[in-house]
Amino acid sequence: MAGTVPLYVPRPQKNVSSPAATESAAVKWILITAAGLVLFWLIALPLIVVLTEALKKGWDVYLAALTDPDARSALRLTLLVAVITVPLNTLFGVSAAWAVTKFRFRGKGFLITLIDLPFAVSPVIGGLIFVLVFGAHGWFGPWLSAHDIKIVFALPGIILATLFVTFPFVARELIPLMEDQGTQEEEAAITLGARGWQVFFRVTLPNIKWGLLYGIILCNARAMGEFGAVSVVSGHIRGETNTLPLHVEILYNEYQFSASFAVASLLLLLALVTMIMKSWLSRKNVH
Amino acid sequence: MNAVTNTTAAKRRVLPGFGLTMGCSVLYLSLVVLLPLSALLFNSTGLSWAKFWDVATDARVLASYRVSLSTAAAAAFVDAILGLLLAWVLVRYEFPGKRIFDALIDLPFALPTAVAGVSLTALYAPNGWIGSWLEPLGLKVAFTPLGITLALMFIGIPFVVRTVQPVLEDLDRDAEEASATLGAGRLRTFRKVILPELIPPLLTGFALALARGIGEFGSVVFISGNMPMRTEIAPLLIMSKLEQYDYAGATAVALLLLLISFLLLLVINTLQRWARKTSR
Repeated sequence: MAGTVPLYVPRPQKNVSSPAATESAAVKWILITAAGLVLFWLIALPLIVVLTEALKKGWDVYLAALTDPDARSALRLTLLVAVITVPLNTLFGVSAAWAVTKFRFRGKGFLITLIDLPFAVSPVIGGLIFVLVFGAHGWFGPWLSAHDIKIVFALPGIILATLFVTFPFVARELIPLMEDQGTQEEEAAITLGARGWQVFFRVTLPNIKWGLLYGIILCNARAMGEFGAVSVVSGHIRGETNTLPLHVEILYNEYQFSASFAVASLLLLLALVTMIMKSWLSRKNVH
Repeated sequence: MNAVTNTTAAKRRVLPGFGLTMGCSVLYLSLVVLLPLSALLFNSTGLSWAKFWDVATDARVLASYRVSLSTAAAAAFVDAILGLLLAWVLVRYEFPGKRIFDALIDLPFALPTAVAGVSLTALYAPNGWIGSWLEPLGLKVAFTPLGITLALMFIGIPFVVRTVQPVLEDLDRDAEEASATLGAGRLRTFRKVILPELIPPLLTGFALALARGIGEFGSVVFISGNMPMRTEIAPLLIMSKLEQYDYAGATAVALLLLLISFLLLLVINTLQRWARKTSR
């Protein structure tokens, strides 16, 4: 499970009767202040920097950076990649979670480890392997160039690399959830004469919908924000194979800092929406 | 006895879709993950053992591993301490703004790494918000290993907090009360009663942050300065070898990095099993 954080549901704490088992008010507030400072310095400050740097030269520069043709094509590409990869990995995630949690078979632990694999692999390696398979000197390179098919340094390569990197998110979220829920409700439905798909849509899906949604949101955030893996296979062709995160890098390396941070602020927005959805979902799970 | 085996055998067959879901999952897993990854092992680049050894023991490659491992370890260590503090405050105390506090912990996990990279560089560059304060003190952060460590701390902190938090919540408060009744001060109770319970999740969080840090790329490339031998991380070296069309070299560096990641994955799995056992 290296690489993901399960949907965290806060549990209410028991009231402690004995004051001896709690800290004094002074210690408590010192710790809270210290934690607040750490959080501000480590996490909030980088967030504030993105927004202020983006607006440093005024709204005009900010909007110009976002409406620039290259930025718009990067946004389109990023959305396109997410629209293709997220549904595929969602289907896989649900199917893998069903196979792993509703049946008993040998090698289950091994299968789960394999599903986790992309989390353990550096994103750069996630890109490299597709260059080795489909690149000019790769396994299928000569065949692909003979048939005039481009995978690496083109859209298919970006999609493959993103698929690899975001592969485990949905499955990882569903497996522990469905493991906890067991198979009794589904078995009851079958006994009462329901068909396979009916069981899934009427019994399983309502039980897992929030966890599934959380997995999809995480998968989407990573699909839109992936940098390392996509950077290897993209070829950085402006207006063609440039995703939003790559566009941030290009502008930054050209010293167009305000424009770079303006594009970065779009991605920050994505992260904030992801965060808010998560905190909303974790409250849903409590009830 | 017979009835029991019958029901378990029947159970396996009651629910439909095993063949379909298993088949689809394994096929998709093979196509997207296993086959491409096997390109590293059965590589097409003509990487021989001699060449592999040459690359793997090259001074610049060794230096990049040293930079990657040492900064990731340092960052994970600091994260373990700071993460414990954050988790403790979140679980044990009520205070205004707690919900925002809790939500912010996930930001590094949701924020695209490139954004974190440019933002941290803007903070710690010599003319940046924090960098310009540290510069007169002779402390350089951006473009030094310290900068890499800071970026990895940002990336790794949620792993520690979110592994420690649930264990801390499930902790039996009666033991703390008993310890207090027996005359132990609060600090002593923390050291002798609470901390031992938190060691497994802390180690797991440390290992998770470490594993993520070793492979991390996006948040580091901007702040590291990418100087060979000094601040060049292993994933970046793979990238620059690829840009020079040195596919065999890139494969060799990647293989070693992959080996380290697998070892860490093994350690993490063992730690998690241990943590589950001790919590029962």
